[in-house]
This record gives sequence, structure tokens and C-alpha cells, in this order.
Amino acid sequence: MLLPMLMTPVVYPELDTFLKWIRESLSRGFQPFAFFGTCEAFIYCLMGKAGELELACCPFPPAGRYPSLSIDFPAFQIFERELFEEYGIVPIRHPWLKSVRHPVNTQPAIEDYPFLASESPLIHEVGVGPVHAGVIEPGHFRFLMRGEIVEHLEIQLGWQHRGICAMLCDGALAQKMYIAESIAGDSVIAHGTAFCGIVECLSGTEARAKDIRTLLLEMERVAMHLSTLSALAGDVAYIMSQNLFAAIRTTVINSTLSICGSRFGKRALCPGGVNYALTQDLIEALKTKMKYCALQIQNTAEAMFASTSLLSRFDDTGKVSTEDVIRYGFTGISAKASGVPIDSRVDFPNWQYPAFLVQTESTGDVFARAHLRYVEAMQSLDIIQELLKRIDPQSPICTETASFSPNQIAVSIVEGARGRVLHIAKSKDESTALWYKIYDPSMVNWLALSLAVQDEQVSDFPLCNKSFDLSYCGSDL
Amino acid sequence: MFELFKARFRHGYQAIPNPLKAGMDPAFPGLPVLDKQMDFELLNGVCPTNAFSEQGCDLGKCIFCGACERKFPRMIHFSNDFKMASDDRQKLIMAPGANSLAPIEFRLPSQFRRSFTIRNVCAGGCNACEMELAACNNVNFDISRYGIEIVASPRHADALILTGPISRSMASALAETWQAIPEPRYLILAGACAISGGIFAESPAIDRAFLKHWEACLFIPGCPAHPLSIVSAITQIMGIK
Repeated sequence: MLLPMLMTPVVYPELDTFLKWIRESLSRGFQPFAFFGTCEAFIYCLMGKAGELELACCPFPPAGRYPSLSIDFPAFQIFERELFEEYGIVPIRHPWLKSVRHPVNTQPAIEDYPFLASESPLIHEVGVGPVHAGVIEPGHFRFLMRGEIVEHLEIQLGWQHRGICAMLCDGALAQKMYIAESIAGDSVIAHGTAFCGIVECLSGTEARAKDIRTLLLEMERVAMHLSTLSALAGDVAYIMSQNLFAAIRTTVINSTLSICGSRFGKRALCPGGVNYALTQDLIEALKTKMKYCALQIQNTAEAMFASTSLLSRFDDTGKVSTEDVIRYGFTGISAKASGVPIDSRVDFPNWQYPAFLVQTESTGDVFARAHLRYVEAMQSLDIIQELLKRIDPQSPICTETASFSPNQIAVSIVEGARGRVLHIAKSKDESTALWYKIYDPSMVNWLALSLAVQDEQVSDFPLCNKSFDLSYCGSDL
Repeated sequence: MFELFKARFRHGYQAIPNPLKAGMDPAFPGLPVLDKQMDFELLNGVCPTNAFSEQGCDLGKCIFCGACERKFPRMIHFSNDFKMASDDRQKLIMAPGANSLAPIEFRLPSQFRRSFTIRNVCAGGCNACEMELAACNNVNFDISRYGIEIVASPRHADALILTGPISRSMASALAETWQAIPEPRYLILAGACAISGGIFAESPAIDRAFLKHWEACLFIPGCPAHPLSIVSAITQIMGIK
């Protein structure tokens, strides 16, 4: 199955049969990739597993209520909350029904959202955020604490909500590249490629320069993994690795700048291809730089993972079990570090990737997530060298996109540094989208952080948080 | 241990000797140079933020996407000059034919010349500006060599550096953080979103009332603002040459 592609949903006129289909596809090993309401008063559900996707829809339930799926299948919890928030449809007996974000014109205000509380005199609450003690994005964390031990962590996001989905539907979609680049500034290429995929698919355009896009995507992955490794080392005061990884990241993102002018890969992509070609000189320079990065990463990481004082903080901290990954539908590093080999680069290849094996770790702790980032970064550097050999500086880099065929649904999936980035949209007319839904892997993975810190010391929270390195703006949109 | 020595040896000395005079990759889109014959309506036709007017290109709105340069290379060219900050919103407009912005006249009082602490508030940013701000502190840009420190508590801060267009949800948290900074306090805006709302200026999900009440002393354009742009701008208002 090659993505992006057009999909025709199976329409279930009755809610019961729709829910039955969902349960039945779950029993066949599918996971919910997307579950959302649209302005056409339909609920859509995209189920997927490696190499397979199924899309179905049904009209909004007449009473605005339906029996919640989350009770049996907790992977739906965040989707059902989103549906409730956007269209007021109540999943009956949802375990914790409250807003995900804070969209325009909804009540109550985000400051007044309810939080799980405890009457027990043994429990005290700690609230952190939205403004954090660092240069990071806003979000609110509410801990229920038993002494120094975390009993429960509730994460309330929405502070970064900018109304991205609505903006994408306002005017010609092909002109919205710059919005797609700002969904998450650290996953510009992942979201950008997914967006381009939607536009190209709706307009029936075959994109050019896919190898350059892949190159940029892998460079973004290396940069992101290095940034996380640097911060993880910093969190346990292993200053040498913190600085060395940060410096290598600078080399990687400055290389991205030499391609397109932006350290984050903004400006690089456009529907139909890419904006900037690579010259032979640049390709040679990149080969040398990436080789240097691989050597530096290897030495720094080998030394870091041999440090017993560092391992005593990483090992067994913030564990996520394999069962929970499947139960809650986590993706990306959060899944692979717990032994679940899901990777959209293999499961839903957008184009021919150089051959590689999906790497996993088994322990599901901070060590696993950190070490996997090292392994993946090295693997990506191999892929980058392979691509640099392949890229032909003379080949055309972009083609014009045609007008859309109306009333088509396109699905685009890209494996970003954090996991599965999914865009799904329906065309309204020749140039605009009727609805556009974005699923950053962070949206489902935030729950993994909550589970990981349960029964851990609160002092390990920053370490756990960084080991997932999730996006706030990517889930807030 | 031996690996670490090897890595440290190969790392060498990577700090940029003088960030104020650093060389920049020619691919970097910095200060734009506009042709005197430029047609602002044509340029606005491809500009996602309508940054052009008769007066020139508004760097507070520009997201440096390069769409104008790719379409009309004769009318506009982005140089790689990263020094493009200003102390006045109006002075951010790059006039046709000009090759630099009006100089920054604002200077901090002398007690801040050697020590200046900044608290960042991200209010709806995409995390690119935040990562660039954090990068100012890494071994390459090393902003702390100038006595500039990015601090955790607003109580310890002399200035607030705002990134992001100010999402509605963050409006009150931003105002509270600002109020927690002891006077005298300074407001710095980094990135197109913070300066003008950028690409989100028209979104109903943002609330920029905060900036009607408080005036910034420094505007650093970019999408995101490059660490060198940030370092050079802040050191200028501190009076460091």
C-alpha cells in the first residue's frame, strides 16, 4: 500500500453497525488511527495496521449520544474527547470526558477545567504550568502525590491552540504550505510532507524530488533525536554529552539550512516537490558532514551509555509495558522502545526507502527510549548517505499541482521523529478542503507519559517527560 | 571513557568566536534587498502575510518563506545578513533600495550592561523559536559569555522574551508572568508570530491584547528568529560591541 492515497469510506447509515465494524476490525488487530467528527455531521473512523487501512463513516447519532468505545478500547479515549469537544457528541460512560484543547467559543475557559482529585489526607496535589521553568512550550501537569511518589498525573493541553485545521480550510489548500510548516516547528518536514501528500493526492499530481524530501525527513529525525539525547544527558547532569550532542545537532540543522535556508527545513517543501535543488558540491559537502556526525554520535553515545551513574537514572525509570502500547495505541519511539515494531516508513511507505530494519528495544524505560534514539539516528545517517548517492542534481525538483477533484478523501501518513504523523482531508471543490484533520503522534502518546510516571518519584518526571519528547503545539493545533 | 575523549577531541572548539561578526551560510534568508521598481501588489500576491506595502517589506510580518524571491527574483533578494532587529515596530520596514534597517538606538540602563536575565514565554509558538532561543545557550552561540542568562523564574528576570502569536488560552498566563517580573522590566518580541501575529494574525484563536498595553523594546524578526539574530540584537541594546 503506497501512501498518500484516496480512500472511499464505507458508509454505515446506522450507528450500531458502525460500532460493530469498529469492534470487529479491532479484533482483527487494527488500531484506531483517527476517529473524528466533521462539518457534514458524520463520524469518520480510520483503522489501520501494518500495510492496511480501512475507512468508514456514519451520521452523527440522532440523540447526540452513543455508548463510549473507550471503556473496552482505551485507545479511543482522546479521539472521543475531541469529538465531544468539537461537536458536543457524548460518548456515554467515557471514563474521563473533558475537553482536549480549548477551541474558540467554548465554555468553560481552559483555566476552569476539572481535574481528577482525591479526598485522601495522604494525597497532595502539585500543579505545574502552563508556563514552565524553561524555554519550552506551555502545558499543564497536575500531579496527585503520595509523599514523593506520583499516584496520578493528568496532562491538560490546549494552551497552544491556534486554530490550524480551520485555517487550512479557509481558501485554496495548495497555498497553505506555510501553515503546515508551523503545525510543529520541530517536525516541519514530517507535517510538511504529509500536507504535500494530501494536496498531491487530491489533485492527482505525482510529486518530484521524493529523495530530497526523504533526505530532509531523515535529517530532521537525526536532529530531533540528538536534541532529545542532549536534553536527557542534561537532565541527569551528564554535561559532556549534553554539549556534544547539542553541537552535533547544530551541524545537522546547519546542513539543513545549507539546503533550504532554514535550520528546521521551513521553505524546503512545496506541493509537487521541493523548492531548492541540491548541487553536486552541496551533496559532497553533506556526505562529509554527515559522516563526521555519525562518528561523533557514536563516540559520544557509547561513552554515555557506559556511564554507570547515568544508567542508574535511566534504567527501569518510566516504564511503559508492551500491553499498554497496544491497548492505548501509542506510536513511534514510545511504541518501539517497548518492543512494538511499528514504523510508517515500512508499514506505509510514501516512496522507495533505502532498505532498513525497524529497530526496537524491549525494556520500555527511559534507557530504551534514549538508546533507541541513538540507534535510529545512526540508522538514519546510513539512509542519508544512501540517499546522497542516489540524488541526481539535474533531475527536476517540482511540478505544478492540478485542481482537485471534489468530494474526495485523501490520507497521508509520514513517520516523523515522534511517530506516525497522519493527515486526512476531504476536498470541497477544485481548490479548497471541506475538512482537514491532523494527528500528531504526540496526541495519543501524552498518555504514555502519564502511565510512565505512575509510582515513580516526582523528581524523575523531567527525565521521563524528556524521554518521550512530545509536542505540545502538534497536539494543540 | 576513551570514546568520550575521542569525541571531545574531534569536537575541538566549536564556539563561534564572535557571534556579532559571524559568517553566515549564503543560503540563509536574512535582510531582504528590494528593488526600487518593486511592485508591492504583485509581491503581496505571493506573500502569505501581505508583508509588502508602498513603504517596502515589513520584516515584522515576513516569514522569510522566499516565495517572493523565487517568483520575482528581480524585485527582491534576501541577503544573508542576520542582523535585522529593531527597537521600533515602524523601523522594521525595509524600504525599496535600502540595504540596512535604521540602527537600534535603544540602550538598556548601565546596570544591565554585564548582566541581563531573560524569561521566555511561549504563547502559541510552533516550538521553532523556542528551540532557537534555547540554542542561543549551546556551545556554538554561547549567549552566556555576554552575561545574558535565560532564567526559569520571572522573579529573577529583567526581561520577557515572547515567542508565538499569543494564543487565547495563553493570554492570561502571559500577563501574569509579565506582572511577576520586577520593574524595571523589558519586553522583547522574537519571531514573526510574536511581532505581528505572523501567519496566525487572522486566526480567531489568538488574542494579542497584551501588546496593546505593553510596549516592546526590541523586535527580532525571523521564522524562527536565528540564534545569531537574537544574540546580536540583545547584545546591541546592552551596548556590547
